[in-house]
Amino acid sequence: MKCSEQIIDYMHEYLDEEISEEHEKILREHLQSCSDCQEYFRELNKSIALVQSTSHIQAPDDFTSKVMAGLPKEKKKTEIQRWLRSHPLLTAASLFLALMTGSILSTWNEEHQFSVSKQPNLIVQNDTVIVPEGEVVKGDVVVRNGKVKIEGEVQGNVTVINGELINGEKYMASAGNVTGEITEVNEVFEWIWYHIKKTAKNTADLFENDEKEQSFQ
Amino acid sequence: METIVKHRIKQVIKGDQNAYGEIVEVYKDKVFQLCYRMLGNRHEAEDIAQEAFIRAYININSFNQNLKFSTWLYRIATNLCIDRIRKKKPDYFLDAEVPGTEGLTMYSQVPSETPLPEDEVESIELQDAIQKEISKLPDKYRSVIVLKYIEELSLNEISEILDLPLGTVKTRIHRGREALRQQLRHV
Repeated sequence: MKCSEQIIDYMHEYLDEEISEEHEKILREHLQSCSDCQEYFRELNKSIALVQSTSHIQAPDDFTSKVMAGLPKEKKKTEIQRWLRSHPLLTAASLFLALMTGSILSTWNEEHQFSVSKQPNLIVQNDTVIVPEGEVVKGDVVVRNGKVKIEGEVQGNVTVINGELINGEKYMASAGNVTGEITEVNEVFEWIWYHIKKTAKNTADLFENDEKEQSFQ
Repeated sequence: METIVKHRIKQVIKGDQNAYGEIVEVYKDKVFQLCYRMLGNRHEAEDIAQEAFIRAYININSFNQNLKFSTWLYRIATNLCIDRIRKKKPDYFLDAEVPGTEGLTMYSQVPSETPLPEDEVESIELQDAIQKEISKLPDKYRSVIVLKYIEELSLNEISEILDLPLGTVKTRIHRGREALRQQLRHV
């Protein structure tokens, strides 16, 4: 190459799009008069065009999954957090169940004391509740950790928790009469079921109360 | 795009691994392409590109969130490619100056490639031929040429990716172009 290195520098400046007007003018004028430099410049442009023409290739389809499989295991904590975030309903339901079961179980264990619902004409003898003959007891009778003997009449339900209903024939008060249902709860699961039924009943009231409170605010 | 990526990076830093999957999706083709053009081999390119993403994930805490994520990711990928090239490369460099001369490199001692016969050229896929020529470039020229002409990045970005002064990047691009001109003028 006889021509000065300067001209080739200008070519690179041109290709970098950083050429000054002055240099560009010199380059243009030189290229018009020098066929060697013209050829040189053409070759440079051609090689760039060839490199740029290489079709854009894409990563293999399973690329991302392979990368993800290669990552170090993330902390358990975040994994759980994300699971909880993506399953809000399941989370709420299981939390509810856990708390319910816990509280009901604890009351089951705590309440080993004998107790009875208060009706004026019930007679209590040691751990036995007697509905006396000829008497009419109004309202539901609930007895915990005790026995019930029905000789009179109960206008309502009788519930015996962790106890016994003393009668000749079960559910058929020998002399007495029960207008409502007779329920005996002796097993833990029955106890839980009983509670759930009770809670469901109460929930409606609870919501009503909430609404009232909100309207005050 | 950058804003979505920035948001995902914050999630990744908090420990959400799944958010990283989306980042990989955004950049996988560009990183794979970069590695393929640097290494000239799909299998190796896949290997190194995956390694680059895994390294970026592991070191995500050292990423400066004010910078472009792509710049940082390309830097990791380029460095891994150069490491790989050097491991399998013979220990002479065509562009190293011949001792006792000034400005004379091994290029000037390699006879210019004799043009191949017409039909033979056509039998080779042009793409492969060009890739072969790119692969012949010394790694320091190859990286700037690939970043400039295949990834289409600006000189400033290339200088950030390679952590080199702008002047050095320009010199390397000029030399890379010279080498490509020599190699490709008869294609």
